[in-house]
Amino acid sequence: MAAKGPRSIVCIKQVPKAQELQVDPVTNTLKRVGVPSEINPPDRNALEMALQVKDRAGGEVLVVTMGPPVFTSSLEEALAMGCDRAFLLTDRILGGSDTVPTAHALSETIHKIGGYDLIFCGEETTDASTGHVGPGIAGHIDCAQITYCSELEYLGDRVRGKRTVEDGYEWWECPRPCVVTVNFLSNRPRPPSLTGKIRVKRGGLITTWSCADVGIDPGKVGIRNSPTIVAKVDTVQLPDRKAKVFRGEPREAVARLIEAMVADGVLPG
Amino acid sequence: MEKFEAIVVGAGPAGSAAAYALAKAGIRTLLVERGKVPGQKAMFGGRIYAYPLHKLLPGFEKDCPIERYVTRENMSFLAEDTALNLQFDAPKLSSGAAASFTAYRGKFDAWLAKKAEDAGAMLITGIRVDALHREGGRVVGVRTGTDVVKADVVVAADGALAQLARGAGLRGDPEPKEFSVGVKETVELPPKVLDERFNLEETEGAAYVFAGYASNWLRGGGFLYTNKTTLSMGLVVSSEDLAVTRTEIGTLMDRFRRHKAIARLTKGGKVLEWSAHLVPELGLRMMPRPYADGLLVAGDAAGFLLNTGYTFRGVDLAIASGMAAAEAIRGAHAAGRYDASALAAYETLLREYQVTTDLETFRGAPFYMKNPRLFSVYPKLLNEIAERVYTIDGTGQRRLADIALEEVRAGKVSAVKMLLDLIGGAKAM
Repeated sequence: MAAKGPRSIVCIKQVPKAQELQVDPVTNTLKRVGVPSEINPPDRNALEMALQVKDRAGGEVLVVTMGPPVFTSSLEEALAMGCDRAFLLTDRILGGSDTVPTAHALSETIHKIGGYDLIFCGEETTDASTGHVGPGIAGHIDCAQITYCSELEYLGDRVRGKRTVEDGYEWWECPRPCVVTVNFLSNRPRPPSLTGKIRVKRGGLITTWSCADVGIDPGKVGIRNSPTIVAKVDTVQLPDRKAKVFRGEPREAVARLIEAMVADGVLPG
Repeated sequence: MEKFEAIVVGAGPAGSAAAYALAKAGIRTLLVERGKVPGQKAMFGGRIYAYPLHKLLPGFEKDCPIERYVTRENMSFLAEDTALNLQFDAPKLSSGAAASFTAYRGKFDAWLAKKAEDAGAMLITGIRVDALHREGGRVVGVRTGTDVVKADVVVAADGALAQLARGAGLRGDPEPKEFSVGVKETVELPPKVLDERFNLEETEGAAYVFAGYASNWLRGGGFLYTNKTTLSMGLVVSSEDLAVTRTEIGTLMDRFRRHKAIARLTKGGKVLEWSAHLVPELGLRMMPRPYADGLLVAGDAAGFLLNTGYTFRGVDLAIASGMAAAEAIRGAHAAGRYDASALAAYETLLREYQVTTDLETFRGAPFYMKNPRLFSVYPKLLNEIAERVYTIDGTGQRRLADIALEEVRAGKVSAVKMLLDLIGGAKAM
């Protein structure tokens, strides 16, 4: 494995499109069904970083996602960007999992794939924003992690990464295998290519596994085995704006408008 | 590197027709479309003359997204507050070989591309081909960014701007005089209102053409087609005239919409969408030779659009040219060569399919249509004559011929010029 360039595994999630987020009025949680979805934007940066490592050092990039069958469309997009193979972990018993069982399930899947040198995740998701899963995977696999990484150098037996912190940057080095979580907007994700889309159309690149296939204990996943649940999503209610309409003959209406703006202190008198 | 026998660029009517015919002939074909779905990036007036579909896909009526079959043709000369109409009602034109129907390109293109895919063409969407890929001066594939996919032959069905054909040196840089701009509003009417207002049975449709005031006397005109529950209405105006007069087509659209003749047709309607498209206007002069080594050009990209002022044909010519391209490629495939001489049969086939023959018949039309008097003086004149003829106010009724002669003399054009225009029209049209 090492002689030929690193095997990277990128964990991605399919999320509701940011502009189209809707809250279900009944359950008070995010609507996911029937809403347009996309690859979690930071995960695209993670994919790009992994593909850049492959561009420079060879090897392969595998993409993994845990979710319902509709997540296949995100896997297809990742494959069309240049990933070599994709894995979908899908099972009803995974429903309602929070970040603890998710990190566990993904780690078991990564372990089953095996032979990995680098594991990439986006820094967080746009629909939950916890940032837990990457570090959670590092904990399960028991390897080093560089979080909030904006640049990465692959040096064979180790990596050097630039990490964003509140007041600047840190540079970290660590041996592989390791987990890297990638800063949103830290690179320009490449679009799917024609060649990539043709490969996807030919098929055979996606492997689908259930919990049983991977050997995941049902007692460790799902809503019953999640320490947290989403109880409610509050949306901010903007106060009504006071509006006044000045109608009539344009010149005269403008004169009244200017008077009102001066009276309000918006314009100097 | 991926390789196909044929790559068709653009899943519009020309591209999908070509890909369908190629796939049916067992040729490994890739059909590439820049929109997320075929039809997303397309629009037209519009109406489709169905004769090539009868040949390409017999029985197409079963699942084709047909709006209404056109049974009424209407030509309207608009002046500022009057309109003179010529209407032809012919229910028999709604069936048989001459049938035409209104449609939405969003639905039609998607339907035709799916036929190509079902026939075995690989359809890839969401990818815009940047350029042709050449080796040794011959086209051997297409390029998107740094990604290359190869083929024995490429069909450039990439639309009115014809970027691939220009890149191949078959056409020069685009100029305003080559195009008109078409703009359209799709207006929804409440159920039953459309049928009653236009006096149509459920599947019957009407096609309207408006000259004169519609385009503010610039070269071009207005159109209106009835769909099942909406009207497609808009303008097509010469890009050159718009540029020279510094006119915004949106402003023309406002005026057109508010003309009494139009307003009462769209009353109570809700605008569902606006759309626009370039219309290639020069016919055969657009591209003397629509093929080169490893390349064929079809549809709008080859300028296959015929505007006679009273009929507009684009989609049928596109489909027929796609069929001709596929047949030319089959011949080249059999000979094992794809250079220009092996593809030269395309020109002969375009005549057999009546694409270039019809364009040649009306070869003079684009230049006749450039006569500004057609769109300004004559529509006004006709309305003035009609107004006088129909004004009975007790001041003495005149004979039609006397009124006509008086108006012609009072107008800004000489009788000689008018006679020449009439003869020129008869020859060109």
